Amino acid sequence: MTSEAATSAVSAEEIARLEDMARRIRVAVVRTVKDRKVGHVGGPLSAADVLAALYGRIMRIRPDEPDWPDRDRFILSKGHSSLGQYGAMALAGYFDLDELFSFNKKGSRLQGHPDMNKLPGIDMSTGSLGMGLSAGLGFALGARHLGQDFRTFVLMGDGECQEGQIWEAAHVAPRYGVDNLIGIVDHNRFQQFGWRGETAGHRLPPQESGDLVARFKAFGWRTLEMDGNDMADVVRVLEEAVQPTGLPTAVISNTLKGYGVSFMAGNYQWHMGVPTDEEFATAMADLGESEGGAA
Amino acid sequence: MTLPEGKPLRLVFGETVTELAARDPRIVVLDGDLGSSTQARIFEDAYPDRFYQMGIAEQNMLGVAAGMAKVGLVPFISTFVAFALHRPLDQIRVLIAQTGANVKITAGYCGLFTGKAGKTHQIVDDISVARAMPGMVVISPADEVETKQVMAWSLEYDGPVFIRLVRDVTQRLFEPGHKFKFGQVKVVREGRDITLISTGTQTPRVVDAADILAAAGIDAHVVHMPTIKPIDVAGVVAAAERTGRVVTIEEHTVIGGLGGAVAETLSEHRPTRVDRIGLQDHYTEAATDAELLDMYCLSAERVAQRVQKLLASAGPVTSCE
Repeated sequence: MTSEAATSAVSAEEIARLEDMARRIRVAVVRTVKDRKVGHVGGPLSAADVLAALYGRIMRIRPDEPDWPDRDRFILSKGHSSLGQYGAMALAGYFDLDELFSFNKKGSRLQGHPDMNKLPGIDMSTGSLGMGLSAGLGFALGARHLGQDFRTFVLMGDGECQEGQIWEAAHVAPRYGVDNLIGIVDHNRFQQFGWRGETAGHRLPPQESGDLVARFKAFGWRTLEMDGNDMADVVRVLEEAVQPTGLPTAVISNTLKGYGVSFMAGNYQWHMGVPTDEEFATAMADLGESEGGAA
Repeated sequence: MTLPEGKPLRLVFGETVTELAARDPRIVVLDGDLGSSTQARIFEDAYPDRFYQMGIAEQNMLGVAAGMAKVGLVPFISTFVAFALHRPLDQIRVLIAQTGANVKITAGYCGLFTGKAGKTHQIVDDISVARAMPGMVVISPADEVETKQVMAWSLEYDGPVFIRLVRDVTQRLFEPGHKFKFGQVKVVREGRDITLISTGTQTPRVVDAADILAAAGIDAHVVHMPTIKPIDVAGVVAAAERTGRVVTIEEHTVIGGLGGAVAETLSEHRPTRVDRIGLQDHYTEAATDAELLDMYCLSAERVAQRVQKLLASAGPVTSCE
């Protein structure tokens, strides 16, 4: 881990504000899954800090003007973590947090996987893994072609990096020197099922530690690494990532799947799942929320 | 008499996208390392900064196209149909068709003519595949004149369009004054005895077949259907009503392509006997273009023979001889 003290430019109050936003995203994810009795939970929890940093500070966005042409673009390539994105968007002001309870309902704008034609503020529809980095490269090339200075952020999963298309995009991007493209890998060390480890209950991580940094570096990317569940480190590294260097940037965000909820953290069985009433109470307590309180 | 030879549609593609780019700054070309074959090289020479070489990585290429389209550019795709449609099918489905991205899938080397490349490159189910995808427009132009118009029209349409292009020299059907009308069939020969519906570069061969049939006393009504999706229901019904019997002819599988679309339409709107001439349920192989047309019953002579047999038969005729 590369955790260091936050740079002096970012105040402790600002970090605390973003940490609370991440906490509220986690609460919203668990609450929605409990209410709707469906949804991916482990992935959104691991990525909540990155989503809070992006929507709460890093990205140049106008939630009340989601089609603003100069907005930074965001693609959730690991589209099954949509609840985390929806939580971040709601807290950023795109829509009311209560709309999360419509998740997956008939007629909802909040589809299981993000749909740009239904929900303003979604820059690209996703859900079939491996595609986001390519679309993000299209945004980045398009921005440069049109002389626009927006940046494009693509959040991928580490399991998702098993898709060949990721490496097709990784191969082409450095040829065009798109330093307005920032790929972030939520390296939470689990995928849905994966390879069996020592025992039936032990599953191997999708990539060995360090592999993703080495691979993106070998493809010609600038690589950065951070503790993706440490807000000070997340903010510091993402602010470094947006500084142009002539190369696309890959940020390997070391996280833990299910982070923030004691019984979900590091447990592959919480890729999807609905907590019981007891588990829900535990989760809310873990997240510093009194049960029944507003998210 | 036979229709004259025309310019190969790949050359028409390279020239036309370059001409269109002069007046539409939104146009970019994405190439999958085949620009020297598809003739996108012409565009690269004229507009090197608007030509994006994406390498041999077509799933990424179609994804990049989706992203570029969503910031206001109009990407044209340069590669063979096998790599423009089949290989990146899920990327097209999720990123382009589901989002309505303004990408023009100008698919080269459709059908049998692949420079003897054989089974991997001979794609004869692209119409079926593209047509089954919600949100996708599917157009198969007949010749140089129509291809230019289809490409120009595609810029006026905001959404994904699949355009079926052919590698080699085919015949010229239309005079320069011809006007492509999106979503409409075009009667290219009036007749009373039997309706022949065709599409793409097969239509000129069907017009020639109609001349052969005329010499045998059969007056064929020939309809060209460039827009396969959305289909011209009224045009197809009118063509069927004209003679009461329809034969479709396509350089494509008979499963789900032009013949499938016509049969679906008529069975619902105007039940009529439809016989389908085209590739049967098998893979193809390398040979010269003339040999392929003969082998698969798509030359003017073979089409005329087959239509005569159909007229003399109460049931279907599936053999080429």
